[in-house]
Amino acid sequence: MSKHYAQDIGSVVSTKASFIDEIINLARKSSIFYLLFGLACCGIELMQTGGPRADIDRFGSVPRATPRQSDLMIVAGTLTYKMAERCRLLYEQMAEPKYVISMGSCASCGGLFQYAYSVCKGVDKLVPVDIYVPGCPPRPEALTEGLLRVQDKIIRERWFSERKMIGQKQPGLGIDYKVTA
Amino acid sequence: MTFEEIHQRLAAKFGDRVGPLAPANKDPWAPVQPAAILEVCRFLQEDPDLAFDCLMNLSSVDWPKKNQIEVVYHFWSYSKQHSFIAKCLLDRGRPEIASIESVWKSADWLEREQFDLMGVVFTGHPDLRRIMLPDDWVGNPLRKDYKEQAEWHNITTTRESPLDGFVRLDELVKKKASEKKEVLQ
Repeated sequence: MSKHYAQDIGSVVSTKASFIDEIINLARKSSIFYLLFGLACCGIELMQTGGPRADIDRFGSVPRATPRQSDLMIVAGTLTYKMAERCRLLYEQMAEPKYVISMGSCASCGGLFQYAYSVCKGVDKLVPVDIYVPGCPPRPEALTEGLLRVQDKIIRERWFSERKMIGQKQPGLGIDYKVTA
Repeated sequence: MTFEEIHQRLAAKFGDRVGPLAPANKDPWAPVQPAAILEVCRFLQEDPDLAFDCLMNLSSVDWPKKNQIEVVYHFWSYSKQHSFIAKCLLDRGRPEIASIESVWKSADWLEREQFDLMGVVFTGHPDLRRIMLPDDWVGNPLRKDYKEQAEWHNITTTRESPLDGFVRLDELVKKKASEKKEVLQ
């Protein structure tokens, strides 16, 4: 399985998945385990989304406490530079195929704290993002909608055939983990 | 004890090294010579009448025009229920002052914070390193002349606005229509 980045998705969505693909994808999309990764007040809304009222459990999505078991990373909250390295590390630890939701304006672009010296201006500077959920913070309904959009993405992916890669380039990654002390 | 009484005790003990009480509009404060800060703090803590058992806050102010950095100490006594404020003026080029971590343990992180954000060096501190920002950060953000780096670990620190070069749809239609007219003429 080759690597999967946000800018390749355009080509994936336009393809028609075969029947056997859809069967496999149906299983995949109904078991999106997300990584518990709350950073700020969006994390509270993330908990609400997992709670009994919004209950994204009914879409087969349950929180996991380790990136090794997760398919989806929901970056919920303000990302500081100090945390950015850890965020990237968590993303690398997840198994392919993996998806990222950028939840709230802080994770999408820095939001309210865009002019602060310590805040990373958007998580897409570190990891490829599939879905941006706007809001400050987004309501649980909005995040549920974001999860459904990830499901839409998954159901259209061709699983057996080789994925057509268009413009395969990594987004602004930069942290070189080979030099970790 | 009132502010004035505490100040009189200090002035009697340390003489010139503790300056006159400044009549501020809020809490009055006393300037202390940076070289004497450790002795003054120890006296404040150990004297039975003063008995300052808590360092409430340790902050600093940047004065670029005066070329000074001011370290502000807020003391509080739980047993006597009184407070005191001392300020030390340091040279902005080389802000160095003795650490009072040996007197109050709470000074440990407070001094690290000032070292991190303002660049004040506390000599004698057991573990003086950055507390909030990453260890390899450049500069002290709370200084008035701080300039943010262009990038950190290859992450750019600015974000381009999606509204740059944005044209409203009706204006675009008008523009295209006028262009068409010119071509026809």
